[in-house]
Amino acid sequence: MAAAKPKLAVWKFASCDGCQLTLLDCEDELLSLTHHIHIANFLEASREVVPGPYDLSLVEGSITTNHDAERIQKIRQSSRFLVTIGACATSGGIQALKNYADTDEFIRYVYASPGYIKTLSTSTPISSHVTVDYELRGCPISKTQLLEVINAFLTKRRPAIPDQSVCMDCKAKGTVCVMVSKGTACLGPITHSGCGALCPSYDRGCFGCYGPQGSANTTGLSARLKSVGLTDDQLVRVFRTFNAAAPAFHDAGLAHERQNETN
Amino acid sequence: MSDKTRRIDVNYLARVEGEGAFHLVLRGSEVVDAKLRIYEPPRFFEAFLRGRDFREAPDITARICGICPVAYQMSAVHAMEDAAGVKIGGPLRELRRLLYCGEWIESHTLHVAMLHAPDFLGYESAIHMAKDHPDVVSRALALKKVGNEIVALVGGREIHPINVKVGGFYRVPSRNELRALIPRLEKAFAEAITLGQWVSTFDFPDFSFDYEFVSLRHPTEYPFNEGRIVSNRGLDIAVADYEKHFQEQHVAHSNALHSVRVGAGPYHVGPLARFALNSDKLPTHLKDFAKNAGVWPVCTNPFKSIVVRAIEVIYACDEALRIVRSYEEPDGPAVSVDPVDAEGFACTEAPRGSLYHRYRLDKGGLITDARIVPPTSQNQKTIEDDLRRLVPTMPTDNDELLQWRCEQAVRNYDPCISCATHFLRMNVVRQ
Repeated sequence: MAAAKPKLAVWKFASCDGCQLTLLDCEDELLSLTHHIHIANFLEASREVVPGPYDLSLVEGSITTNHDAERIQKIRQSSRFLVTIGACATSGGIQALKNYADTDEFIRYVYASPGYIKTLSTSTPISSHVTVDYELRGCPISKTQLLEVINAFLTKRRPAIPDQSVCMDCKAKGTVCVMVSKGTACLGPITHSGCGALCPSYDRGCFGCYGPQGSANTTGLSARLKSVGLTDDQLVRVFRTFNAAAPAFHDAGLAHERQNETN
Repeated sequence: MSDKTRRIDVNYLARVEGEGAFHLVLRGSEVVDAKLRIYEPPRFFEAFLRGRDFREAPDITARICGICPVAYQMSAVHAMEDAAGVKIGGPLRELRRLLYCGEWIESHTLHVAMLHAPDFLGYESAIHMAKDHPDVVSRALALKKVGNEIVALVGGREIHPINVKVGGFYRVPSRNELRALIPRLEKAFAEAITLGQWVSTFDFPDFSFDYEFVSLRHPTEYPFNEGRIVSNRGLDIAVADYEKHFQEQHVAHSNALHSVRVGAGPYHVGPLARFALNSDKLPTHLKDFAKNAGVWPVCTNPFKSIVVRAIEVIYACDEALRIVRSYEEPDGPAVSVDPVDAEGFACTEAPRGSLYHRYRLDKGGLITDARIVPPTSQNQKTIEDDLRRLVPTMPTDNDELLQWRCEQAVRNYDPCISCATHFLRMNVVRQ
């Protein structure tokens, strides 16, 4: 008798749905994937919910409410492997911009009846709450890397996803460096690869949507970005986008904020 | 006993984008209460857009929705260009329409084949449906893929494109790059017709309502990025006047705020509305298709939105082919747009309906005020009203069937709850 297929669950927290959509965007692979793994709990795609425990949980989104902080604990308990997918789950996402602001003021600005809104003052990654077995980067994640993670799980090995910068991909693609040749501000040297060095190939600087690469030298890059004309005020915004709360970007953002105040 | 009060609670609404629920309280076939509840946590986009550079808006607002990022980028860039008094024409305008065609093909096909069709055939999901209809599902996936290929070529990638810029694009495709799409688009066009014919054969509940339909209308085109906001009840306004005519209101039965037309009440945006108000702009072959499919010239049965969505997929393939065949490369990838102390407005047609953006900018080009009204929030009241109207038409002795049919009725709108959240008020029932 063939062994039962491993059970896959997909979970959503504060996010845009784009990373889980990536699974449905695997147009060529989706149906063959279902031969190898049982999509047991994936509400965006199916009303059928097979009860846990699950062999592999893919978690999208960040934790922004008490209710979600409790929910992720239960999900961890019912998951053999837990993989976060995307910038929200891995670093807190764009909504972590509220970590640098007055959340009550944010609520009053957006919502007419602030009393109805229950939210924490921070947006935090899943790893701040539970043990995470693997973190997949990106806003959004790469389809190829998602399939690699699922394949690695099925074949019981580590995902072959190198912790290297976007620059490496530009060199491999033969894309001329936009910062060297045109003075375009680019976060490629400090940003985790995975997008295929997309922006420079579209004549645009990288804006860091895969978050910091492991040994990101933000201080060195900031000096270079100032030499192409960026101010501290602009640099705060450069570091505070989709991975604002990732430690390396968080520290760089704060440093430029302090610098900007003393200027 | 038929007068017993009973509840139908669907706590996790499946096959929609985002986290929603609905609750019905029934006495016999009478609906005591119907609520579409949004529990997706708020993300505060309008709040943190303040202080950001106007050129950042397309990248930031894309992150409101991974399903329709192009819609957010299009509304954002058009609002910024409106503030600056810049109008984009020629090939850049055509490329923006092409990008939108890609998103309509991708998003609509996902909904038609993967999220909505399983309801009509009694399957839990498209993956279950694929066991009996492998050909339908794999061909729909191939069609969806062509939509994604357009977005990836013009926008850089399928989800959260990187190539959209205030003033145009960072890089525009060459004529040859676009022409390479032609064979796949021709095949997609044929597949879209097949998909449309297939969904037209479904059994549709006998249910319709005289909605106020609201959409953009353009003098010469089926609308994507430009036009006036019109309705079938005589509304005809400039986009800049949107907030004078539409507002969010508290209603007695619910903590949720609903978007209504001032002095008129709930309204309906999305494919049914666009089609009702713009069907005269469709090419003849699509008018004939709509006649044969029984939706011409106006369709008021929301369950048949699946047919109209499929018609819009055919249209998007047709329009994409027209643009790709006639494309001439522009002089540059973008026109220059300078910071300006002004306010800008835009409304574009997301797959799910009209998406309104307003921004106030200071002289340095920083955003000082932002307002975003997504289509699902505009449809929320109409979705609840549909549930109230639908339940009395259903047998009272089968709650399982009733629940499924109500879920299907919500899915008629392809609701995108991730989009709606940052604006929808959480409807918390406190008892």
